[in-house]
Amino acid sequence: MDIIRPGTQIDFMKYRKAAFSVSAALIIISLVAVFVRGLNYGIDFTGGTEIQVAFSETVKTDEVRSAIGPIGLANATIQSIGEREDNEFLIRTPTEGDSGDDTVQQIEGALRDTFGEEKVDIRRVDMVGAAVSQDLKQKGFLSLFYAGIGILIYIWWRFQLGYSVGAILALIHDVVITVGVFAIAGREISLPVIAALLAIVGYSLNDTIVVYDRIRENIKKAAGSFDLSSLLDSSISQTLSRTLITSTTTFVVVLALFLFGGTVINNFAFAIMVGLIVGTYSSIFIASPILLFFRREKK
Amino acid sequence: MDTFKLKGLLILAVLVVGILFAAPSFFGSKEVPEGWIGPKEKIKLGLDLQGGMHLVLRVVADKAVESRMNSTVSDLKAQMVKQRVHYSQVSSDSPETLRVALRVPDDYGKLADLIGSGYPYLQEIDRSSKGGTMTVEYRMSAQEAATIRSQAVEQALETVRNRIDQFGVSEPSIIPQGDERIVLQLPGVTDPDRAKALLRNTAILEFKLVDEEHSVQDALRGDVPSGSYVAYMKEGNQPILLKERAVMTGDLLDDARMRIQSTYNEPYVEISFSREGGRIFERVTSENTGKRLAILLDGKVYSAPVIREAISGGSAIIEGRFTDEEASDLAIILRAGSLPAPVEILEERTVGPSLGRDSIYQGFLSMIIGGLVVVAFMLVYYKFSGLIADLALIVNIVLILGALAVLGATLTLPGLAGIVLTIGMAVDANVLVYERIKEELRLGRTAKMAVDAGYKNALSTILDANITTLIAAIVLFQFGTGPIQGFAVTLSIGIVASLFTVLVLCRWIQEWLVNYQKIERISI
Repeated sequence: MDIIRPGTQIDFMKYRKAAFSVSAALIIISLVAVFVRGLNYGIDFTGGTEIQVAFSETVKTDEVRSAIGPIGLANATIQSIGEREDNEFLIRTPTEGDSGDDTVQQIEGALRDTFGEEKVDIRRVDMVGAAVSQDLKQKGFLSLFYAGIGILIYIWWRFQLGYSVGAILALIHDVVITVGVFAIAGREISLPVIAALLAIVGYSLNDTIVVYDRIRENIKKAAGSFDLSSLLDSSISQTLSRTLITSTTTFVVVLALFLFGGTVINNFAFAIMVGLIVGTYSSIFIASPILLFFRREKK
Repeated sequence: MDTFKLKGLLILAVLVVGILFAAPSFFGSKEVPEGWIGPKEKIKLGLDLQGGMHLVLRVVADKAVESRMNSTVSDLKAQMVKQRVHYSQVSSDSPETLRVALRVPDDYGKLADLIGSGYPYLQEIDRSSKGGTMTVEYRMSAQEAATIRSQAVEQALETVRNRIDQFGVSEPSIIPQGDERIVLQLPGVTDPDRAKALLRNTAILEFKLVDEEHSVQDALRGDVPSGSYVAYMKEGNQPILLKERAVMTGDLLDDARMRIQSTYNEPYVEISFSREGGRIFERVTSENTGKRLAILLDGKVYSAPVIREAISGGSAIIEGRFTDEEASDLAIILRAGSLPAPVEILEERTVGPSLGRDSIYQGFLSMIIGGLVVVAFMLVYYKFSGLIADLALIVNIVLILGALAVLGATLTLPGLAGIVLTIGMAVDANVLVYERIKEELRLGRTAKMAVDAGYKNALSTILDANITTLIAAIVLFQFGTGPIQGFAVTLSIGIVASLFTVLVLCRWIQEWLVNYQKIERISI
């Protein structure tokens, strides 16, 4: 069985101008979204208190709000999560200073007083003080930075300059667009999402490397004069079924994670789904065509 | 024996070891049955899966410096009176500085001697005279301050350990982080508020005499007699005038137990002093019979009973309308010792047992659904070769679980997600090889040649592709915290395991098929 008929050659390079324009547009939209709408950082990075609570009876968002109103938290973000019959809510407030411990106790106390001790199930408490959130932010960005450096060095060592530039540009492309989608969707950037971005970096590169390896191999085989543009086309076409199969199997499992994995892991799965789509696209339409710009450096 | 057979044995050995180590984890919370010969360690579940509490505490070590300075102030005052140094004021504006105002500037020499012999850690930083008063300023040496700070953190760590031990948490992890932080992992804590209260109480126990010569009302109006101050009762918040000096402190405590008063069924805490403490307590009570003695914990007055007679048994009781829980926790805290400085909670992550259970269920559900789809796809698309890939996938998961158990690594929710991702990615190496084999077959190669060329040509690509992901995973492990590290761990193990299952296991099976079974047509 084959999803791509053997010997098929698609003229990917013909679409490179269109692809570059689409990507440029997506990147601009992403950057605008990030700077205009801003990113919805989770409490890991802003500091704050987040309490996930489930009630054993029907409770409305307004009731939760009025329960915590008297302790000065009427402006807290209250979000109903899960199925309606779960009566589950996420309460979030910013924390001033290094410790928000009092807020946690106040919220819990107010909920128990209003709804009754045994009807309140505090499922999760996350409290991150300012000092810790600073650390986490720094570590999060440093990890992206160091992963980038590490990968750059590896590619530099394994491939020539042109390939390295192509791979890195494709990576930046993928990460920027994924972050842009988060800005547009208003989804929360938390620690697991940073982890997901790093995983995307790894996977997107994975795809790119498979294509690059094939290009190198074909150049070696051609041994003499060849048309780089059509060589790129055939290399991508030869690896296309693998690219599609792997992306699909990975996408399917992440989709399962997205649909059934629960709220805690939802944004993580979403980031990887977006990253996979963008990464597959970029390894075909961005990473390889960039090599054309470097063709004069090759004999 | 040829290398091929040797390889087969090696694979078998890895498989057996993997299964042996993975097996105990499949019993879940149940005991591993008697007679099981393999290792018994199960995979450790992270707090996000089994429920529990993660806390980052900061020891406010500056407070320890401050309280040392405060005791230096009162000590110095007493010494100056003894040595006839005429001072008008001794004060401390910041934790590390102290200022003495001398009424008689000529006393400076005596003061300098006193400081030099009794308080070598104080360094003079400024001296000025104005209108017959000389003001001398001192600063605590940086070395001394640093020592106090690090001792405070060390002692706090010890105290926190003691308290948690006595509270009864199974397998807690309590480790220092940086200069002032303590990171606690407390699995299975069902009452987070109680645990936090237990940790945050500095639990400084003091006994002070009640100042009965002056009236509280006058003091409240601002006329506080020297050497006394206004404190408040824990119950009812009534003001009470106390002598500043503590006649005794909790350092000399030997034990503390919760007791129940039989007549009213009310819990109280009985404390017993060390031998030295008992002697001091006896002396204090005999010297002050008929007066009231206040018992303070963290500055709040719990009770202030009248001393009826000298107490020689070396024990005392603390009452305060406790619930059973409060009384037993107070006993724990007193037994475990006081904190040298207050602590504040910088980060708290608590996952209740219900959410932990849900997360495990949801994690495994997505793993099984995703896994089944991938297995079915490989079977349909690559037929018999797909079956081999599916076998490799199952071995892969077993190896990941076995490796987690061996390494003592913690399985977290993102870690589960990492395994799910691995399932999607592990077949990638298979796909790369199979697509190669297909190409070779199309070029008219024999089955044997196609298999050889397929694995050989795909090798460098597979390594390149996986090493980059491994780099990302290792960086993630370095910088991540808790749950995220769990993701990095399963991702890394998954990559290594999939390299083994595809490049060694699958290759061996297919070589066996074409070389030994003389298969001429590959079902792919």
